[in-house]
Amino acid sequence: MWVNRTNDIWVQDLRTGGAAQDKALTDLRGLLISGLHKPFRGTAGIDHAFMEDVVQEALVKVLKSLDQYEGRSRFTTWATSIAIRLAYTELRRRRWKDVSLDEMIENAGNIPKCDFGQAVGPEQEVQQKALIEKMYQVINQGLTDKQRDALLAELKGMPQEEIGRRMGSSRNAIYKLTHDARRRLKDELEASGYTLTDVHAAFGG
Amino acid sequence: MTLSKQQLETLHKMLSLTNNQELTCDECLTKMAEFAEVALADDSIPDNLRDIEHHLALCEECEEEFTALLKALKSAES
Repeated sequence: MWVNRTNDIWVQDLRTGGAAQDKALTDLRGLLISGLHKPFRGTAGIDHAFMEDVVQEALVKVLKSLDQYEGRSRFTTWATSIAIRLAYTELRRRRWKDVSLDEMIENAGNIPKCDFGQAVGPEQEVQQKALIEKMYQVINQGLTDKQRDALLAELKGMPQEEIGRRMGSSRNAIYKLTHDARRRLKDELEASGYTLTDVHAAFGG
Repeated sequence: MTLSKQQLETLHKMLSLTNNQELTCDECLTKMAEFAEVALADDSIPDNLRDIEHHLALCEECEEEFTALLKALKSAES
């Protein structure tokens, strides 16, 4: 029974090939299907066929990635984390398939002023305006086109892997890109005399 | 495009959390299983997992996947 396998036996059986590997894959498949059921129950667009496809892809990835399993968690937890990432990757791809990057970053080169809607105190309003002006300046002039596009799309809610898909890049690379953009923005604000405390105060935190 | 108040506040939160060194999403995934088991056991977070906690606060996608993993583990335990 799969429930009695130790982490080492999971890895050994999956590496062995033949009947032991077939049995381990069958057991792991059942476990992953069961594991995905709870978090994705009731999620629009997810049916049995979706689960089957994701788990099949996860089994292939687990087999290819056995060398990366370090034994720091239960093997089955590690495999489930891989299956969940693959499930969300596909789900996000489907949800965002009709949205272009251009729609997300429309007019990104000339960001208009923000309308806060709700009135704040006069002093805080002045602080906010000055800070936001500086933020816009850095976003428009201090970031590379790619950094600006990725950061703005992320702020508009587009998942990083979907930004990456449209920019010919990976989710990991987009995270690095927006990390660099955040660092640049933070450094420029600090160089202009704004501390994080100022930023916090300007946003009423 | 106009940045809404909510988007500016999101940017503010992201800047507040920005460090020079951060885990990437791939690095986060390599530690996520271990971190989930620690969280589920309600154990104190060891130093080697502090960076994943920071990444999850910044990355909505990894946080969504982490929450799903916790649900899956809780379901398996019950």
